[in-house]
Amino acid sequence: MLDSFEGYVTEDGRKIGGVVMEMKNITLRFGGVVAIKDISFDIREGEIRAIIGPNGAGKSSMLNVISGFYVPQEGEVWFHGAKRPPMRPFEVAQQGIARTFQNIALFEGMSVLDNVMTGRLGYMKTNIFQQALWKGKAEAEETENREAVEKIIDFLEIQHIRKTPVSRLPYGLKKRVELARALAAEPKLLLLDEPMAGMNVEEKEDMSRFILDVNDEFGTTIALIEHDMGVVMDLSDRVVVMDYGKKIGDGTPDEVRNNQEVIDAYLGVSHD
Amino acid sequence: MPDQLIFAMEVILNGLMAGVLYALVALGFVLIYKASGIFNYAQGVMALFAAMTLVGIMNGQVPFAHLINAIFGTHIHYFGWNVPALLAILLTMAVMVFLAWAVQRFVMRHLVGQEPIILFMATIGLAYLLEGVADLMWGSEIKTLDVGLPQGINLWIDETTFNIFGYGFFIDNLDIVATLIAALLVAALVVFSQYTKQGRAMRAVADDHQAALSVGISLNFIWIMVWSVAGFVALVAGIMWGTKSGVQFSLSLIALKALPVLMLGGFTSIPGAIVGGLIIGVGEKLFEFAIGPMVGGATENWFAYVLALIFLVFRPQGLFGEKIIERV
Repeated sequence: MLDSFEGYVTEDGRKIGGVVMEMKNITLRFGGVVAIKDISFDIREGEIRAIIGPNGAGKSSMLNVISGFYVPQEGEVWFHGAKRPPMRPFEVAQQGIARTFQNIALFEGMSVLDNVMTGRLGYMKTNIFQQALWKGKAEAEETENREAVEKIIDFLEIQHIRKTPVSRLPYGLKKRVELARALAAEPKLLLLDEPMAGMNVEEKEDMSRFILDVNDEFGTTIALIEHDMGVVMDLSDRVVVMDYGKKIGDGTPDEVRNNQEVIDAYLGVSHD
Repeated sequence: MPDQLIFAMEVILNGLMAGVLYALVALGFVLIYKASGIFNYAQGVMALFAAMTLVGIMNGQVPFAHLINAIFGTHIHYFGWNVPALLAILLTMAVMVFLAWAVQRFVMRHLVGQEPIILFMATIGLAYLLEGVADLMWGSEIKTLDVGLPQGINLWIDETTFNIFGYGFFIDNLDIVATLIAALLVAALVVFSQYTKQGRAMRAVADDHQAALSVGISLNFIWIMVWSVAGFVALVAGIMWGTKSGVQFSLSLIALKALPVLMLGGFTSIPGAIVGGLIIGVGEKLFEFAIGPMVGGATENWFAYVLALIFLVFRPQGLFGEKIIERV
């Protein structure tokens, strides 16, 4: 079913394309601690790819490697068919990889609209004088960016809080604003770090729906981390399972669910 | 109109003008504080450094002349040319940008994520280093700075007020120019931070480093930019103060006057810096005028600090500062 170049078709009939990002033999150490040990996997265009594992498995470290916050000691990161040189996080973001954070990193002092607008910084090409004087292409560009942002705000159903300072929002809505900001960059790859952590059931359902809708509507390639197994299995097309920094499973939710090593990692093994 | 009231009006006007100059220095502090959370103790020294560099370039002074002469046994002090004021200002700005880069590259970059108090200490060190460098580069003599700004009594105001009140107000032309320039500067800063891509990025960095990185903003670039803008504000303040009272090392002490201004206005507010400066300027002049004679004068030395202290007790965030709410 899985052809390395041609992609595949999911159970619900979505066509998944070629490899967008490939991690090759990634090893990441912090001093003597090995956070990630020789892990390889790929992310394909248009799919929802999950990385799961118990606490401390190295999932967040992996996401931070992809987004450039950590630099692995060994291994290669391939993006759109080219090996990526060591990059700093802002350069990775400029390449078209947007992300959210487990502990929410928003601009607390700005309104929701301004927060989402920062996602468009990369699309502001006119120079500083044109922008300051509101001359030439600057106005058209601003309108264009605003339209793109409003579309995303509508899509994620946060119109009613557009002008509200982010610091006043409840947790669940903050997570959604963060998603909106990442989406505003029209990323080639969207990384979500525990998008449902700390949410109640209703909020989790909302978030799941938004993730699916985003993938469906914009065709966004999504890689996400989550330790709530149930949610992940419903959401994702393929799953990487990590435990103690190692990859112990990789495949469709069904394949992973029936993998003995994965079952052991999650339920514990009896040593008798 | 009673004489006392007319004098008071003149005092208030002069206070407003002096306040503008305080506000100019305070602005530099607010900018860096807003954008990087660093209280830049070196802001006053930066104004001094900028003014000395400007004079040095205009007079065609050889930088580090003493050092060069001591090492090579030469006796060069001047290139023998004079640089026009406008060109010299541009060159000085280039020096300030270079300084911003050097501060970021050699100091601040190594302190990312440190406690604010550590960063504050670093800027104290920077202040003394910069003072030393300024001394080494341009010498320690007092110099006059004249970039062609009008100085002396404004005759029009003098005549007009004389015709109305029978008493001519003494307002210095330089103060009027300083007010206009400060207004322009603030307008430019507001437009910059609200409407340009770089300004937005600056606000983003000030708010959250991680989030800023994740939307593709280079922290290094923004910090160099912020220090450059602060250098520019320092240059403007240096020109004003230098023209008014000569370019000398005591110039760096005006930074101390900016502290009460900031306590009044709040460390995070640009309008706060302006209003705070004006209140201090007017307040200390009026106080000296009304109460000074009763207590033996020289109240200008301490009035601002006492006012700031009173403010700290009743409104610690300042007039315009962000309200401090601690959740329990």
